[in-house]
Amino acid sequence: MAVLDIKDVSKVFSTTVAVDRFNLTVGDGELVCLLGPSGSGKSTLLRMVGGFETPSAGVVAIDGEDVTRVPPEKRPTGMVFQSHALWTHMNVFKNLAFGLKLRRLPADEIKRRVDAVLELVGLGGFGHRATNQLSGGQQQRVALARSLVLEPKILLLDEPFASLDQHLRERLREEVRDIQQRLGITTLFVTHGQDEALSMADRIVVMRDGKIEQVAPPDFLYRQPQTPFVASFIGTMNLIEGVVSGGQFSRPGLKLPLPIADGPATVAVRPEALAIVKSGEPDSARIHRITDYGAHAIVDLELPDGFRLKATVPDAREWSGVQAATLAPRAFAAYRENVVAYRS
Amino acid sequence: MARLLVEKRTDWVGIGFAAVLSIIIVFPLLVVFTWSVTNVWRYPSVIPQEFGLRFWQATLARADVWSSITMSLTLATVVTLLSALICLPAAYAFARLDFPGRSILFFSFLAGHAFPKFGLLVAIAAIFLQLNLIGTFWGVVLIQLVGTLLFMIWIPVAAFQSVDRRMEEAARDVGASPARVFWSITLPQAGPTIAAAVLLSFVGTFYETEGAWLIGAPQIRTMPVLMISFINNQPVIQYGAVLSVLLWIPSFVALLFARRVISSGSFARGFGA
Repeated sequence: MAVLDIKDVSKVFSTTVAVDRFNLTVGDGELVCLLGPSGSGKSTLLRMVGGFETPSAGVVAIDGEDVTRVPPEKRPTGMVFQSHALWTHMNVFKNLAFGLKLRRLPADEIKRRVDAVLELVGLGGFGHRATNQLSGGQQQRVALARSLVLEPKILLLDEPFASLDQHLRERLREEVRDIQQRLGITTLFVTHGQDEALSMADRIVVMRDGKIEQVAPPDFLYRQPQTPFVASFIGTMNLIEGVVSGGQFSRPGLKLPLPIADGPATVAVRPEALAIVKSGEPDSARIHRITDYGAHAIVDLELPDGFRLKATVPDAREWSGVQAATLAPRAFAAYRENVVAYRS
Repeated sequence: MARLLVEKRTDWVGIGFAAVLSIIIVFPLLVVFTWSVTNVWRYPSVIPQEFGLRFWQATLARADVWSSITMSLTLATVVTLLSALICLPAAYAFARLDFPGRSILFFSFLAGHAFPKFGLLVAIAAIFLQLNLIGTFWGVVLIQLVGTLLFMIWIPVAAFQSVDRRMEEAARDVGASPARVFWSITLPQAGPTIAAAVLLSFVGTFYETEGAWLIGAPQIRTMPVLMISFINNQPVIQYGAVLSVLLWIPSFVALLFARRVISSGSFARGFGA
């Protein structure tokens, strides 16, 4: 029912470009994650969709209707803030009822809708509580309920779980994903945590310096990152710089067949795709440390020139006492000038 | 070990401080109060020869006392309301908006308190004389308004600044206009601290003497002004003492209110703590 269109949107703050000609369409009922390090412009973009910032250029449209200059109170968007931003002088019920009262709904209708949405977020019967009587997770659920009760066309989430502990964060993101899918509400979600993005999103937008690096579904993003930045930002990735010459990539300690033109290149290998073989040769990689996680182990390796990389091995015991190893990547990609040049 | 940890030590230094402070503050009050309920007290007796409420009756029977009470309450109320009307929107502007000359203007409110007050008052009195404001109610209102500006701007500015911006944005998000956000979110959030400022300015105005005397006398007589003239002109101490005890009431009431505000921590927040 609701489609969000962001067309050529830029935002310039006095001297810095926070968002640079950004284009994105979020389909009906889709959950899209904006993922990037802090300062990548993802929150600014979200605030422009919510109406809290005005784009310097470009158009924001909801269901084809241009809302670029519409103030937040007249937009069909609902925002959940990182700091939950509950009104501490009102109890839970009043927090939820405030927006409905502004819409002049009858009292029994307000009561019915507030109760229903509290039930939805698992806080049935909490209406009379003061906001400071709630735990961090409950407060964030109330904040979500406060947005949902108005049935917005677009739900905006600005790092809603950032202030919660790991365990609670995992539980809440499952709940939020469930609720979002049950209601079929179009959602834009900002986070700097890759786990959050990978586990919740239909599509992930990786941002860097106000620009899109890649837009893709989570599994695709993990397996086929288009740039070295995405490769290193999603999951763990060994990015090895070296030189290609005559179809051979080389760096001290590593040689690979790489059928691209001669010149510098960056090889990207996931730890789980980097097989290692015990070796006694002098120019192979030295084993620096082995960390045993039980089900698998991570081997930290050091190339002769001091460059560090990681490989996953199934059993740590097989490697005890081993000094050096030869690298044999099972699958890798090569980048040149920020784009994919080769994928095995 | 556990016993040692929970054992309460007698804090003699604390008790000493409390005792000295109590003597300094309570003793003069006690003397004044005793004078107000004394009928006869002649040297060299340490306690009055005769207690009684004769001078209470005599003081409360005087028309000028009642008119001064009414005058003081009316003045303090009008000044506080006007001050709130002028200062609160200004404080909000200082807290939330950026405009040229903001910080200079902000610190200019200190100016009224940075110089000897009496000199300033005399200069203002000269201007008021030309404007025919000397001896008028509104002349006194104006002069007392100046005295409240510092409290009523600086404390509410801090109060507004401490209101979480995200709370205001969340209210916009659910459909509230900027004016509605101010009324329903910002003002209640800053409320306790602003109440403290209003209280301070009410009490401050109630006890303000120099301005009221210089601009208002002799037509406008507030309670403190009347008390001074009692002490200066009456050979009988008790009139002044009774009026002084009467003057305690508003500050006592204010203190009771302030306790609630202070204990909630918002008073301290008002001063940027």
